[in-house]
Formats: sequence, C-alpha cells, structure tokens
Amino acid sequence: MIRFENITKVLGGKTVLDEISFEVGEGETVVIVGLSGAGKSVTLKHMIRLMQPDAGKVLIDGEAIGDLGRTALQAVRTKFGVLFQSAALLQWMSVEDNVALPLREHTKMDDGKIEQLVAEKLRLLNLSDTGDKFPADLSGGMRKRVGLARAIIMNPKIMLYDEPTSGLDPVTSRHIDNLIVDMRKELGITSVVVTHDLHSALSIGSRIMMLHQGQIVENATPEEFIHSKNGTVQAFLESQYITKKGKWETGLNHE
Amino acid sequence: MRYPAHSARHFGSQVLQLMHDTGHAMYMLLEAVCFTRYVFTQRSRHEIATQMFTTGIKSLAVITVVALFTGMILALQTGLELRRYGQEVYIGSAVAVSMIREMGPFMTGLIIAASVGSAIAAQIGTMVVSEEIAALEVMSINPNRFLVMPRLVALVVMMPILAVYTNILGVLGGAVVGTTQLGVSVQAYMDNAMQFATNKDLYVGLFKAVVFGIVIATVSCHQGFMTSEGAVGVGKATRRAVIISFLVILVLGYMITRLFYI
Ligand SMILES: Nc1ncnc2c1ncn2[C@@H]1O[C@H](COP(=O)(O)OP(=O)(O)OP(=O)(O)O)[C@@H](O)[C@H]1O
Ligand SMILES: [Mg+2]
Repeated sequence: MIRFENITKVLGGKTVLDEISFEVGEGETVVIVGLSGAGKSVTLKHMIRLMQPDAGKVLIDGEAIGDLGRTALQAVRTKFGVLFQSAALLQWMSVEDNVALPLREHTKMDDGKIEQLVAEKLRLLNLSDTGDKFPADLSGGMRKRVGLARAIIMNPKIMLYDEPTSGLDPVTSRHIDNLIVDMRKELGITSVVVTHDLHSALSIGSRIMMLHQGQIVENATPEEFIHSKNGTVQAFLESQYITKKGKWETGLNHE
Repeated sequence: MRYPAHSARHFGSQVLQLMHDTGHAMYMLLEAVCFTRYVFTQRSRHEIATQMFTTGIKSLAVITVVALFTGMILALQTGLELRRYGQEVYIGSAVAVSMIREMGPFMTGLIIAASVGSAIAAQIGTMVVSEEIAALEVMSINPNRFLVMPRLVALVVMMPILAVYTNILGVLGGAVVGTTQLGVSVQAYMDNAMQFATNKDLYVGLFKAVVFGIVIATVSCHQGFMTSEGAVGVGKATRRAVIISFLVILVLGYMITRLFYI
C-alpha cells in the first residue's frame, strides 16, 4: 500500500531521514513513535508528496509518486485522509463549512445531503453542538476532532493521523483510539498514526515503528516492541513506565 | 581575495533567486487568471463579494482622509505659485488633472497595498505556517483558485472604483482650499477642472488602478505563500509584501505615464 525505498531527506542542513525503507500493508495500523523532532511528521508528509525526498522513492499502491503530474497526483491524494498535527482548519469558516469543504469542492451533492453527512460525522466525534462555531472558538482537542471529521468525510482508503490524541483528555483520547480501531475493523482502512502516547500506540497499532536520529530503530508488533532489545526503545518505554514484566493489556482487542 | 569573489557569488545567487521568485509569482498570477472562468460559480461569487467588501471597509476611512488632503495640498501648493501670476483660477485644472492621471490611482494603490495587501500576505502566511495550505493541497483544492483568484478579482474591481472615489474627494479638497484660501469660487474651480481634464486622463488613471490592483494581489499572495519560519516569517512576509508592492507601483506608474504621454 505505502512503500518507502531508501528515503533520505535533509532539512536545514540536518539529515532528518537517512535512507529509511519500510512498508505499510493494506489494512494495517502502523504507529510511528519517536522523540520530538525525530522526523515523524516529515515521514507522513512524504506519503502525500507535501515533501519530496532528496533520494529514494515513495510508492503508493505500487506507483512511484515522485514524478506524477497534477491530475495523477490528485488521484493518489484522494485515497488519503489526513489529520494534521495542527488540525489545519480554515480559520474563516465555521466547523460545518470546514468539514463540508471536500464534499462541496469535489462532489455534486445537494446541500441537504451534505448537511446530513456532516452532522453524522460531527455526531460520531461528539461535536454535535459546535457546527456553527469557528475554529478560533474551540479548544485544541475539539479542533483536532473537527480536523478528523474533515479527514474522514470523503471515506478515504488510507488515513494519516499526526498526533490525533495529543492535547486531548484521556477519555476523549480513548474514544479516538476506538474510532481508529473501528475504522480498520469495519471499513478495512489502512492507517498510519504518529503519536507520543505509547499506551495508545500499543493498543491500536498492529505494528510500531520507532524513528531515532534518521533511522528506524525498531519496527515490530506491539508485543515484540515492548520486549525489544534496542536501548533507545527501552529508554523510550521506561520513560512512560512501561516495563516488560507482565503482559501488556490493551483493553482493545484487534483481530 | 576570497571575500569579493564570495560576495559576487552571493550577489549572483540573489539575482537568480529574484528571477526565480518573479517567475513563480508570474506563474501563480497566470494560473489565477485562468481560474477566473470560475468567477460566476456560486462559491467564488460569495468569496469575491466578501473580499471586495473587506477591501472597501479596510481602506475607506484612510482613503477618505488621504484623498481630501492630497487634493488640498495640491491646490495649496500650485495655488500659491499660480497666485504670483494672478492665475489662481487654474488650480481647478491643476488639481483635477494631477489627481485623475497620477495621484488618484497612486495614492489608492499605496493605501490598498498597506492595508489590504498586508492583510492578504499575513493571512496566507498564517495559513502556510499552520499547514492549512498543505491541507488544501491534500484535499486537491488548488490554492490559486481558492485563495488567489477571488483576491485578484476583488482588487481588480475595487481599485478603479476606489481610485475614482479618491479623485472625487481630491478635487473636492482642492475646491475647499480654493474657496477658503485662494478666493476661487467653487463654480470657477469646477468649470476650470472640467475644461482641462480629458477622457484620456481618466482612462489612463483607471488603467493604472487596474494594473496596481493586479500588482498588489500578486505580490501579497506570493509573499504569503513564500512564508517560512513560523510567526516571525509571517511578519517578514507582510513587510516584504508592502515594500515590494510600493516599489512596483512606483516603477509601473512611471512607465505607464511615459507610455501614454510621450
Ligand atoms: N519545513 C521545514 N524546514 C526546515 N526544517 C524542517 C521543516 N520541517 C521539519 N523540519 C525539521 O525536521 C526535523 C523533524 O521534524 P518533524 O516535524 O518531522 O518532527 P516530529 O518528529 O514530527 O516532531 P514532533 O513530535 O515535535 O511533532 C526537525 O528537526 C525540524 O526542525
Ligand atoms: Mg510532528
């Protein structure tokens, strides 16, 4: 589905990604973890060609996206729903208009149908009474959820989440985690999730990948990940009080 | 001996960068012009109307004051000179012609660049920094259609309207000075103004206003899109948008006058 082949990216004189290669298969939920500045957002941006690698190739469904023309690139991008780290809502539009924007731009649906779909997504994300508010009047966590509603409104095949639960209270965080798991189970959506929250990473991920100093230092199932021999991974786990003693209980069951 | 070579190379790379940026801005303008075929779709109409409205609202107060005083200064300056020859009745034409041909569009351009152009650059710059432009691209919404085209159309429509408004107020300001300071009756002032201001002056002035509108929209949007480095970058982009608009307006204003009057 998504394939990175020896991607190198230098930003501001620093090699952020150093020849990294990995693959995300159909229906997987791959979680990318790593310290701040490790290049997690940069990795996501390469998947939709918001950034171009300095070397290497990105393939989506077997198609190299590096040299695609505008129409072909648009076709690739319509497969994706993206939740940006900053939610990236248009400030001068109400919540409803923000969520409706892709439908208004790309479909010929009438207003009633659009309103109905938007209301449905807002309800799914516990945002029912915020439809006519503006992004500036919302809390950070609410903005995130509006961004998520907008990302899923076109029923994408692949979802990219950049820190979907950062800045959210624990209850809402678990709600979002459940949503990500549900989308995979019920709709078979492939997901890539960037997060700092190891608890959520271990619960929702079918695979966890850790980025550190431009390299992938671990790429394994949650079970293998917490038993990793890698020093960086161990330090990362310990920093969030997750020890390998005892089995990690998620509460969310996949498969 | 390395230093001069280094600075020459630095200068060379700056020139290249400037050409690259200009090309980029031109491409953006061209694409926005192509997208004007969507002007009459419902959503574009709404966005363009909003932009026109904010353009008017943001600038009207300043334009009113500046226009009045420009006319008054012109009248006073030339009137005092003309009085030495007993010809103060000609201030009508002096004010009207220089307002309509030059000062009207020029002053309007500067004010719009400072008030509306800066706001455009700041808004688009903020959108770049907060990943909103990236989000538009991922949603396959072309920013040149979605953002640039409505602003371009709004400025191209509003600039001539505001320039005419500036002209009228400027001429009125001149009349006030004429009657109160120079003893020229309003009737004589107006007759004189109408007699010497030609249609050509009006058309050239309006042409300038349209060109300045295109300049302000292009420069401001482009500087906004080039924003980097977060909030600091937005400030820089805003400042650059205003300065570059000023310079281009000055140079193009001169060239257009030369083109039509020599
Ligand atoms: N547009 C850019 N220009 C220059 N440098 C950049 C740019 N984007 C990212 N970087 C640099 O690349 C590195 C990785 O950035 P990235 O945003 O991917 O980090 P991250 O892993 O997402 O961190 P966080 O958890 O804080 O979001 C950082 O050092 C950052 O300074
Ligand atoms: Mg990030």
